[in-house]
Amino acid sequence: MNFSKRISPATDNPVDALVRFEDVKKSYDGINFVVKDLNLTVSRGEFLTMLGPSGSGKTTTLMMLGGFEQPTLGHILLDNRPVERLPPETRNIGFVFQNYALFPHMTVAENVAFPLRYRGITGIAARERVRQALGRVNLEALGDRRPAQLSGGQQQRVALARALVFEPSLVLMDEPLGALDKQLRERMQIEIKQLQTSLGITMVYVTHDQSEALTMSDRIAVFHDGRIQQLADPATLYNEPANRFVASFIGENNSLSCTLLAREGGLAVVRMADGTTLKAAGTNVSGTGTDMSISIRPENISLAGEGVRADLNRFIGKARDVFFLGDHMRLSIEAFGGQLVTARIPARQARHFASGADVVLECGISECRLLEV
Amino acid sequence: MWLPSYATPSERLMRTLVMAFVIAVLLFLVAPLFIIVPLSFSKDPFFTLPVKEYSLRWYADFFGNARWMNAIFNSAVAAVMTTILATTLGTLAALGISRPNFPARRLIMALLISPMIVPIVIVAVGSYLFFGQFGLTNTRTGLVLAHTALATPFVVITVTATLSTYDTNLTRAALSLGASPSSAFFRVTLPNIMPGVISGAIFAFATSFDEVVVALFMTAAEQRTLPVQMFSGIRDQINPTIMAAATLLLALSIVLFAMLALLTPRRVK
Repeated sequence: MNFSKRISPATDNPVDALVRFEDVKKSYDGINFVVKDLNLTVSRGEFLTMLGPSGSGKTTTLMMLGGFEQPTLGHILLDNRPVERLPPETRNIGFVFQNYALFPHMTVAENVAFPLRYRGITGIAARERVRQALGRVNLEALGDRRPAQLSGGQQQRVALARALVFEPSLVLMDEPLGALDKQLRERMQIEIKQLQTSLGITMVYVTHDQSEALTMSDRIAVFHDGRIQQLADPATLYNEPANRFVASFIGENNSLSCTLLAREGGLAVVRMADGTTLKAAGTNVSGTGTDMSISIRPENISLAGEGVRADLNRFIGKARDVFFLGDHMRLSIEAFGGQLVTARIPARQARHFASGADVVLECGISECRLLEV
Repeated sequence: MWLPSYATPSERLMRTLVMAFVIAVLLFLVAPLFIIVPLSFSKDPFFTLPVKEYSLRWYADFFGNARWMNAIFNSAVAAVMTTILATTLGTLAALGISRPNFPARRLIMALLISPMIVPIVIVAVGSYLFFGQFGLTNTRTGLVLAHTALATPFVVITVTATLSTYDTNLTRAALSLGASPSSAFFRVTLPNIMPGVISGAIFAFATSFDEVVVALFMTAAEQRTLPVQMFSGIRDQINPTIMAAATLLLALSIVLFAMLALLTPRRVK
């Protein structure tokens, strides 16, 4: 599992590639690079999410693809054609903005018809296209309203209809659900994903919300510090984080410092701060010795059962805090010489622990992942 | 603003004094109105107050006099041309300096609004000497150009203020949907910054229509504008027709600023 190979364009089928970033760098001031050596290929029909904290370079990357920013160096290919110097109006890319950017002085129907006039579609043909586009987002009845008269969710749908009405080959979305409440956001995630699948559109989606990324994406590119830290499908990303940043950014993770002792049979043997030895997966990590860490997800830690099994790590800690949360119990344990480990115990296993009580825990060796610090 | 029922007598006295002061200041500000407007309706050929008998004879005189009519025509033409030029230039300048990557923004903004700050006599003398080199003194073109320099800062300021609340993603959205930059400007940006452009245009019109110092330097008898005509009228023959002209100018200003007030979006709190 060499992830640096995975993101190089050479391994992707060139016929399938719709978008390709080749060694793209972007700097606004000529000193600090907000995007560093970006190589990324988006396949036709794919839903690719660029996920990362603010300032990680994901939005700049999207703006370069949309034509609103120019790369300082490198090439962006759309359909095997370099587009990095083309103005946005010639790229034929649908763009959904964070705040929707609906034209306030036009009705909903006029907003949706806007891109059609530049493609020579007018009159009855345009009206029919607008009707279809609004139908796809269940807003047929609201064509005569002004954007200000719509709710946030409805505005979001209009923005979507407007970006899809001219059947672009690629649709870009910049945190389109950020302003919606949680319930609506979850419904829109499913709607956007369904629309993307049924229309076969290629989508590049930017968000800082990891659950949104996991729900919708075919592949996720995790951005941090101007670089892609890992590019993988949601399950791989969650289960096999490539580094400590990805491990802590996607989902909850216990990150525990350790020393690598040896590698045996595809597994790593590590010594924790208090001398306990554990086995861990993730032997692709180079280097030996100190300054390593293992990451364990809270839901992969359970209370130790009867007998000792070879595929499980077992360790002892002292209970610090116990919270009962209905479907599960959160246990905060002090282990490995003072490091705090969080465990998520299913409700059926839950028991009461007094603070300071000894707790024996176990977790699957394949779920303990060795990472470089 | 009213005092609660438990206010002490001294608090009541203070409040009354403050109110009296406020009313006095407001009266002071509009006091000339109380002289000019009644006098313009007086039948008497001398400036006497209180007015004994009312009539519209000075208005009839104003509208029947070719010199006044010529002056009002000159003012209107100069003001309309100034408005068109200043609004176009000022809007373009505001769009430019509102771009996030515009270099030396503060310096250029200061230069653009400097005609508002430089004493008007200096602008007038400077214009007179400068435009003289090109034979533009005593021409309408010269007057319009000089007035445009005075009026453009108002447009720059109002449009810049509107642009600060304009969502640039609207322009980006228009571009992404296929609009050329000019089409995006006329179909999306301009309609959304229109209130600022119109307020700037009103200020530009009022600046040119009311301006007297530059106009005195830049015009001969044929291009004489209304304020210049009034000014020379006061010097030559004291005549209540000037009061009628002043009242009409005042009425125009009130109409213009009422339009401005209507344009300003009322914020719902």
